[in-house]
Amino acid sequence: QTPDPLITEVQEWASVFGDAVDATPYGMPIEFESHVVRRNVEWLTESTASSINFTPIHALEGTITPQGCAFERHHSGAISLSKQDYRLMINGLVDKPLVFTFEDLLRFPRQISIAFCECAANGGMEWGGAQLEGCQFTQGMIHNMEYTGVMLRDLLAEAGVKPEGKWVYVEGADASSNGRSIPLEKALDDVMVAFFANGEALRKEHGYPVRLVVPGWEGNMWVKWLRRISVYDQAVESREETSKYTDMMPDGRARKWTWVMDAKSVITQPSPQAPIRHGAGPLVITGLAWSGNGKITRVDVSTDGGNSWHPARITGEARSMALTRFHYDMNWDGSEMFIMSRAVDETGYVQPTKQALREIRGVNNVYHNNGIQVWWVRADGEVENVEIA
Amino acid sequence: ESLGLGREALPEEIAAWDATVLPDGTGLPDGSGDVLTGEEVFGANCASCHGEFAEGLDSWPVLAGGDGTLTDPRPVKTIGSYWPYLSTVYDYVHRSMPFGQAQTLSVDDTYAITAFLLYSNGLVEDDFTLTRENFTTIVMPNAEGFYPDDRAETEYPLFRAEPCMADCRTAPPEVTKRAIELNVTPKDENGNPAGTLPLLTAASQTAPAEAAAAPAETPAEPAAETAPEAASPETETTAEEPDAADEAAADPALIEAGEKVFRKCASCHKVGDDAKHAVGPALNGVVGRTIATAEGFKYSKPLAELGAGGGIWDAAALHAFLEDPKGFAAGTKMSFAGLKKPEDRDAVIAYLSTFAD
Repeated sequence: QTPDPLITEVQEWASVFGDAVDATPYGMPIEFESHVVRRNVEWLTESTASSINFTPIHALEGTITPQGCAFERHHSGAISLSKQDYRLMINGLVDKPLVFTFEDLLRFPRQISIAFCECAANGGMEWGGAQLEGCQFTQGMIHNMEYTGVMLRDLLAEAGVKPEGKWVYVEGADASSNGRSIPLEKALDDVMVAFFANGEALRKEHGYPVRLVVPGWEGNMWVKWLRRISVYDQAVESREETSKYTDMMPDGRARKWTWVMDAKSVITQPSPQAPIRHGAGPLVITGLAWSGNGKITRVDVSTDGGNSWHPARITGEARSMALTRFHYDMNWDGSEMFIMSRAVDETGYVQPTKQALREIRGVNNVYHNNGIQVWWVRADGEVENVEIA
Repeated sequence: ESLGLGREALPEEIAAWDATVLPDGTGLPDGSGDVLTGEEVFGANCASCHGEFAEGLDSWPVLAGGDGTLTDPRPVKTIGSYWPYLSTVYDYVHRSMPFGQAQTLSVDDTYAITAFLLYSNGLVEDDFTLTRENFTTIVMPNAEGFYPDDRAETEYPLFRAEPCMADCRTAPPEVTKRAIELNVTPKDENGNPAGTLPLLTAASQTAPAEAAAAPAETPAEPAAETAPEAASPETETTAEEPDAADEAAADPALIEAGEKVFRKCASCHKVGDDAKHAVGPALNGVVGRTIATAEGFKYSKPLAELGAGGGIWDAAALHAFLEDPKGFAAGTKMSFAGLKKPEDRDAVIAYLSTFAD
């Protein structure tokens, strides 16, 4: 071992000034982290105005997703809508149809909620078999933020829902207007009209100034740029809940109203974009688990393709309908591994294999793929997305 | 107990925003449209993505056909084969289409397009007129094809068993599918999956951006090979070369205004470093170029003829085309109503002038 010049020589940063306090009034990540960005898969869609990109979950830790790299899904692009120009209407089967300004919303009692938002299609490209190389690309249609806003039930109470009202329909102000129907029971339970995320205003791409937060339910329902809430006695059966976001079954019929995102987990490192470069010895396996039906109670990890399973540590707090971080600390002997994680939630639901889901749903189901992800770790530390039998 | 926040919504405001149409016909406005009118309106507003016969161009949605394919390995899910309610067609077309120009179709045009889509799916004859009155008599073929989520009954009981912890396999794992063989993942310059974490065990490099992009074992050549084309002198100076829109190109405020106007075009046309042809051709270098000469784009006949006749996209031609595309070139595939304000056209031409080939 020769003396390390990084230690023995005076480095430039140890001698001269760094950036002054005014250099970056609102900061971006340091240049060394430039690879930690959202990414698009170009061949997926015809137009990036109606498309999706992926959270770099392979490069993140903890549970909160920074807004700047949290996946985006737009149906007609992310619009610029100011707080001054913002209006929210409640109409339909209510005693008194109302219009709120942004300032009106600020005067309702505020709540805080941490919730994951997962696209119903997360993992969907993997339904037919391993397809994309990277945790970001296979499972990155998810983010988890701390929201501050007001409860939808408080806004509805102000308008007064009539007894025949059974559904609320929510739509956005963008050109797609992306409307979805939500049963009144959920709307009165935990749905939030949010305007802060992770302590700051929502970013444009996440629906500034106001979006809906629908904990545990598919991301398409989390309408951005929320402009109207209407109460009906029936579901609207909009394009987004009939033509899309319905689940084809083998008999040619389709499940509709499949709102809940079932329990799921994925190992974020090692993974194809995060190979093992340090060789044999101590290895940290880290990953995320979540359930739309409540809290994660346990995550098991296997390194031998599912022959034996070991409980991982749940690090930090396991919150209902929020991302939960797990770690599994091991001593890697440098030989090939098939690593997998398996989440269990508080209802006793155990994350199934992709094959178990296919046996019920066939191969045209696409949405709601919460099957177990397998990574093949080679002896040289490189990692591949595979399926095993 | 009310907080007394907000104000009562006025009937005009509700009428302006609440365009929702429900499966039972609630919300349908007065109006009507026939198949032949629908064919025309569809041809002008929808066919550039969905095809003249609603067959879908490239990967844009197919709207017609697909009968009996829902159990196939690749089901064709169209309005005729899959959509359970006609109200959804009207509602979606009226609120969200045409893509990039939403809420520009009149009530009657929306009825007409809906009638045409019924016709193109073989559900009505060509003399059919759709009205508010007969709307709910139409039953879609797949109306019974949906049922509410039953996972709680059909799946959850199966997945609640205590999971196996040891000796769960009968044979060692065998790889059956490898994503790497499909080769469809976006890649970094060095061939790794895009976003692969940088090597931390190698010596630090002076240029952090390069260190992040390429592991140390990668030789220096790739960085040079992939030097962005934008850095070539030719591209750098093109914006300053004299061309038809030279005066306009010099005004940054106008260019900025043009960037905003261009949003109306951006659903079909791309500009910039990685611009590729989409529904319409990429527009780098279009200003001052011979008409219909972007390599690799299949132009409609009228534009191709204008180009063959030596037509140039100078300011005058661009103004004329952008003001009234179909007036300038009858039969063009560009289904865009046009930019009626001269200042919008000036701005967008100035903006386009900033993009070289």
